[in-house]
Amino acid sequence: MSLLTLRSLRVTLRNRPILNDISLQVERGELVGLIGPNGAGKTTLLRAALGLVPSSGQSSLADLAPRERARAAAFLPQAREIAWPIAVEDVVALGRTPHAPGPDDRNAVEAALARTGLLDLRRRAATRLSGGEQARVLIARALAQEAPLLLADEPAAGLDPSHAISTMKVFRALAGEGHGLVVTLHDLGLAARHCTRLVALKDGCIVADGPPSEVLTPARMRAIFGVTAFHGEADGGPVFQPLDVTRD
Amino acid sequence: MSRVTAALAGLVVLLFLVSLSIGPAGIGPLTSLNALFLGSDGPLALVMREIRLPRALLAVLVGGGLGLSGAALQGYLRNPLAEPGLIGVSATAAFGAVLALQTGLAAAYALALPAFALAFAAAGVVLVLLLAGPRGGSVTLILAGIAVSSLAGALTALVLNLSPNPFAANEIVFWMMGSLADRSMRHVWLAAPFIAAGALPLLLARRGLDALTLGEDAAEAMGIRLGRLRLALVVGVAGIVGAATAVAGTIGFVGLVVPHVLRPLTGARPSRLLPASALGGAALVLAADIAVRVVLPGEDLKLGVVTALIGAPVFLRLILMTRAEGAP
Amino acid sequence: MSVFRRISEALLAGVVLAAAPALGETAAPERVVSLNVCTDQLAMLVAGEGQLVSISRLTRDPAYSAMADEALAYPVNQGRAEEIYLLAPDLVLSGSFSSLATTEMLRRLGIAVEVFPPANSFADVAGQIRRMGEILGRETVAEKIAIRFDQDLDELRADRASGPRAAFYGAGGWTSGSRTLDGEALSAAGFSNVAEEAGLSDGGMLPLELLALLEPDLVITGGDDGPGFSRRQEIMSHPILARIRAAGRDAGLPGADRVCGTPHILRAVRRLAELRRGLEAR
Repeated sequence: MSLLTLRSLRVTLRNRPILNDISLQVERGELVGLIGPNGAGKTTLLRAALGLVPSSGQSSLADLAPRERARAAAFLPQAREIAWPIAVEDVVALGRTPHAPGPDDRNAVEAALARTGLLDLRRRAATRLSGGEQARVLIARALAQEAPLLLADEPAAGLDPSHAISTMKVFRALAGEGHGLVVTLHDLGLAARHCTRLVALKDGCIVADGPPSEVLTPARMRAIFGVTAFHGEADGGPVFQPLDVTRD
Repeated sequence: MSRVTAALAGLVVLLFLVSLSIGPAGIGPLTSLNALFLGSDGPLALVMREIRLPRALLAVLVGGGLGLSGAALQGYLRNPLAEPGLIGVSATAAFGAVLALQTGLAAAYALALPAFALAFAAAGVVLVLLLAGPRGGSVTLILAGIAVSSLAGALTALVLNLSPNPFAANEIVFWMMGSLADRSMRHVWLAAPFIAAGALPLLLARRGLDALTLGEDAAEAMGIRLGRLRLALVVGVAGIVGAATAVAGTIGFVGLVVPHVLRPLTGARPSRLLPASALGGAALVLAADIAVRVVLPGEDLKLGVVTALIGAPVFLRLILMTRAEGAP
Repeated sequence: MSVFRRISEALLAGVVLAAAPALGETAAPERVVSLNVCTDQLAMLVAGEGQLVSISRLTRDPAYSAMADEALAYPVNQGRAEEIYLLAPDLVLSGSFSSLATTEMLRRLGIAVEVFPPANSFADVAGQIRRMGEILGRETVAEKIAIRFDQDLDELRADRASGPRAAFYGAGGWTSGSRTLDGEALSAAGFSNVAEEAGLSDGGMLPLELLALLEPDLVITGGDDGPGFSRRQEIMSHPILARIRAAGRDAGLPGADRVCGTPHILRAVRRLAELRRGLEAR
């Protein structure tokens, strides 16, 4: 059974179409990179899939009751908001909100802290950590929710290379364990190397959907982003680097 | 029960007993407590049951309610400056109460007093939430509060000025500064059900307020129904602030100071801060009401004067902290 | 325009008059305006035909004035400087609690203003009647009223002032001490004043719980109940007072007779004496 099914999803805000006829299916084991230029509708796609913005068409998640939906999919918003100086482990434990309290909570929090390398910081106030550390705390919170599907909006933005790569590796490992993930990414290099599948959005429409090597072709890069790029192979994986802006 | 909660509960009990033992008639604490619990129908027992007991009970109810509302509003708006008095909810509640009293409705139907105060407090909360937007930035929130307070204050003054009673116009001080002097058990019975009914939805919203720490999208995606949370907040705060203001006037800053002091002691989590702030608010108002009677026994010093003297410096400190963090 | 000119001329005149205050002191004033409920009543008692041209509005209200009926014969004013000035008075009577800004303005406009403080004793009552007589040039009439007042008071006065214990209690918890007109009326009627026991000789706020513990034989209420609602009056429906009322230990005494230092205070003394006799007969 698919973790997420979108059929002809449309979103219109203030009479402007933001998303147009989006149909998408995400399966267990997939790490889907959602790519596209600024304003293509990536964030709106994630929010509409969850039912956080009004839409027409169909989303398998938006149809669920709020708590059921929260057990089916975790969401990591782009805005990294932590309002109060709460201890790291307490922030991570917020991921257990949709679950009935029980012994699983402890294990889920411990596992999430370990996966994100936060065990040493667990008692620090989350608001006093660096931006990158806060990003990891919020990822850990989403992991502690232990939903089969994880929707993450720009999880790698603002992370140093080492933490960006570890984050993508954690996501890939989750996919390997049978989770499904949809991750919006601006770093096409990370997308090329770690995602199992890429979906490209432009002007609210899906313009490409497939394995990274099929999506990141020179023609598509020019059409979607207006850039030329280097695409090669190193250390047993693909390497992708945008090079220049095309003039057209 | 955590150590903080236990310590606060102990403090409330202690201050409650001290409050019962203090009054213009200098009666020893043991004699007065003895008269309260064991006394027959003598004048001392009467004084304890009809004057001092309602005063102490109202301090607990009003203080507890205001502390709880402050913590809940701050949790919802994710802003440490949110407080029923500062954002104008107390002022709208006072306007409702004055309207009920001056039209004579409160004399005809006792429930009209808290009902009017509650309805106007609810209108105040809704108005401020609309003006301040979903995440109340400090500046918008304070400006919205000033606008709502000034309007409600002016309308209150207008109604009191139009009153045929020559003394009514002087009472603006009570509505702005609050007092627990000369209240009776009638006021306790009038306020208690509304304050309790307001506290319930706020305490039930604790998990939602915790989740809201991470923002509205994150909270909603964790299964929190934001519409219900907002409704619980409006109903809860309006019930508490409406009833408290109707019987005791505006007692400001309690909902600001108490959560601020207790936040570090409760791990800053709204779910733990809410009950702790209720106890802390009760302790603060009991202490302020004791101070009012001990410092200037002959004068009718208003309770709100004391809480403002304590609260305003904390408010200034919070503004400086907010500015240092570069928040909006 | 003409009003403006009159005011500016008068301002100028005021400067001249201030330099020579003795001017016109010998002749009796012909157009007298009174701004205060107490000076209104003193003036109505003493003034000659047509001498008093306007009194304050409050004096027509029987809740505050013992002479509400008589007051209907006089035009009323709202106590504003402009309207008073346009009445062209040669003397304005005012109480010491009246707006200072108004009386100062009238003085600057060159109008003589006489200020009467509140009366705090029977001696003040007789004194103020005589003073009103001098000011209005009606000494003989005033002297008659004052002598009659003293005689009536002597007849009414009880032999001793140590009878039942009574306390005045009004809105906001106010009580009257022995050094007030209320207090003198109380002791003239043969009561001892409970306010003394609380150390409030000049009167003041008597906390509700002290009232309850002092257990007066009689609590005298009434006095400043105005129309409409005032929080100050809420104290009068407190359970403590409800119990006093239920025990029949309270009595109402109209405030109009005792707000001002006029001979009408004797009505209050008579009523209090009746209450004392009633208590002693129990």
